[in-house]
Amino acid sequence: MWPTDRFRRKSGAAAPPPETPLVLIGRDGRRRVVLAADAAAHAAGLRIGMPASKAQALVPGLVVHEADPEADGNALERLALWALRRYAPIAAADPPDGVVIDTTGADHLHGGEAAMLTDMVERLGAAGLVARAAVADSWGAAHALARFGKRTTTVIPSGETAPAVLVLPIAALRLPAATVDGLRQLGFETIADLAVTPRAQLTMRFGPEPGRRLDQAFARVSEPIEPIRPEGIVEVRRNFAEPIGAAETIARYTGRLVVELCAELETRGQGARRLDLLFFRVDNRVEAIRVGTALPVRDVKRLTRLLTDKIETIDPGFGIELMRLAATAAEPLRAKQMISSLAEAAEPDVSDVIDILANRVGVDRLYRFAPVQSDVPERSVRRVAPMAPDTGGGWPGHWPRPARLLPRPEPIETVALLPDHPPVTFTWRGVRRRVKRADGPERVFGEWWKRDVELAAVRDYFQVEDENGERYWVYRAGDGEDTATGSHKWFMHGIFG
Amino acid sequence: MRTNKEHITGYLRIKGQMSVSTPPAAISELRERIARLEGSNARARTVLPFGVHAIDRVLPGGGLACGGLHEVAGGGNGAVDGAAAALFAAGIAARTAGKVLWCVTRPDLFAPAIEQAGLPPGRVIYLEAGDEKSVLACFEEGLRGGFGAVVAEVTRLSMTASRRLQLAAESSGAIGIAVRRWRRQTEATDFGQPTAADTRWRVSVLPSTPLPVPGVGRARWHLELIRCRAGESADFTVEACDAKGRIALPSDVADRPLQKEIGRRRASA
Repeated sequence: MWPTDRFRRKSGAAAPPPETPLVLIGRDGRRRVVLAADAAAHAAGLRIGMPASKAQALVPGLVVHEADPEADGNALERLALWALRRYAPIAAADPPDGVVIDTTGADHLHGGEAAMLTDMVERLGAAGLVARAAVADSWGAAHALARFGKRTTTVIPSGETAPAVLVLPIAALRLPAATVDGLRQLGFETIADLAVTPRAQLTMRFGPEPGRRLDQAFARVSEPIEPIRPEGIVEVRRNFAEPIGAAETIARYTGRLVVELCAELETRGQGARRLDLLFFRVDNRVEAIRVGTALPVRDVKRLTRLLTDKIETIDPGFGIELMRLAATAAEPLRAKQMISSLAEAAEPDVSDVIDILANRVGVDRLYRFAPVQSDVPERSVRRVAPMAPDTGGGWPGHWPRPARLLPRPEPIETVALLPDHPPVTFTWRGVRRRVKRADGPERVFGEWWKRDVELAAVRDYFQVEDENGERYWVYRAGDGEDTATGSHKWFMHGIFG
Repeated sequence: MRTNKEHITGYLRIKGQMSVSTPPAAISELRERIARLEGSNARARTVLPFGVHAIDRVLPGGGLACGGLHEVAGGGNGAVDGAAAALFAAGIAARTAGKVLWCVTRPDLFAPAIEQAGLPPGRVIYLEAGDEKSVLACFEEGLRGGFGAVVAEVTRLSMTASRRLQLAAESSGAIGIAVRRWRRQTEATDFGQPTAADTRWRVSVLPSTPLPVPGVGRARWHLELIRCRAGESADFTVEACDAKGRIALPSDVADRPLQKEIGRRRASA
């Protein structure tokens, strides 16, 4: 789908509508064949590799355009760059239609593997690209599952790759088309068929490729990802004559690299927002550390601290022969005046500890609340970045609000007079409470501009206090007279302190 | 070592109460020695007064020690929901300077209420940690890091962990407040275990201030100072935090001594 999606995206408004079948054609030897077909074309029975004239004969009104594999490849590189910036420090294009990312140690920053894949697919979908994603132990397995798996996003837990891959067709193995055809003729359908066949005969007939691809899929041989290197970024590197492995040594050289990087950033007048430290091991594997900062930073001490905090996540194996430190995201950092007044003390800067915490628990787990103009309590707060500029406003404070808001309102049983009296008693979580004092109602109207069902919806909130002094926030769905405004059921929504 | 110190303080207290004629020079010299033993004499400890004389009087130094760890738990159902404890902590944090870090594991805190206790949304940074262990790690990191106050909702707090937190708070001068919150009521007995915290509070809700008209008045709390290092425990009836984070004595308690009130109630009963 990548070439057709890219074509639609490039054409913008001039693109054919999605329900119109679209194919891109090009030359295969002397024939003109279909090189890419979109979902509608697939539904109409067109396949990749079919002669162009046959496709045109099969589907009337087919939109045919010339394929441009070179531009597709370049765009794929840019997509890999986007993945590098957004998700993990090791990413590369996986031509013709994929991007491979080493997510080790990066998934927790995006809320776990499944959440990260969903996020990826949704973001690409919003950009008009149909995407499928998979996480597995090896590049080969992830490649196969993303293309031939049943679901859009697949997460295979560590160590369970083999059973998931065995059921896939042999086309998933990244073998040349001729080899796949040859294997099919011999009756091989799934990877499982191939995996149980003795290697010698396979190699005699098809060369070493099937065996190598099988081993790569099952992570029996390593397959390093050569990470894409964006141009124009600040990057420093250090080669080692003797491989290094001790944590203290790594920390020492990290410190030196940071000094060099900061000097380079200073000449450009920039501060780092994200740093990637790559370790190239002697056994051809790449380990990586990624740290982010909330504001541009050029402070050697702070950046070194952020990086060295994560050294324990690195497995040096038999040794590291090359370290590369790059500021994959940098922003202008200008000198600013410190507060020079003698009278007022400067408010301590917490951005460094925020960076440390954010790199530990994940960026989205650290937030501030900001007010939203909505009377519906659960919609009145939104999360903003911890260092986002302070808007200064708060919530309208004329009604007391509970310290704890239940994640979902819980139904309660009440004895209450309609239409506008608070409950006399109520039962919540199996405990019956008698209401001694109450305040209300505070009427909250539904937001019809958000959802149609809220057009007439009303909630009447009461603050009630029982005989022990425990104060609760309860509401009745509906205004007490008209059932169109709500079910007249009562709910517990919060606990006052 | 630790027990030794407590012995000395305990001994001092008893001595101080029993005989008024002890020369103050000896006491101050002993106090200095204790302070040297505790190792916190490098930094003169400042305090954050509550602004309520009755409470500040029982706290050593006249207020909550800055650069110290304080424990707050809710009483009754408050042990599970921790609503009053959170507001009490918010009130203390509101009266410090600088930003406030609030570490939680269950994201059910309602920010408008925290603002009504005196902490505007621009000052509080929330951290949602996955488990207890990372809450404690982030709590400690925050205490070392330049926040005015760090609040963390924790279930278990071991002696070792609290000692680390206390040292972290001493190193930066930030107030650390551990809001103890349990999953079940029965687990709240854990609150009896010793920790290295400076003070330990329990906040229970009381019926609100009576109003001449139907309605709910200002919330009231029963505030128990269960443990206080180098001080006595005590309990108070207070009105909940106002919009500046200050608690107050209810007017009927403030105007008349508590003792007399109880005596009269007994007499009339």
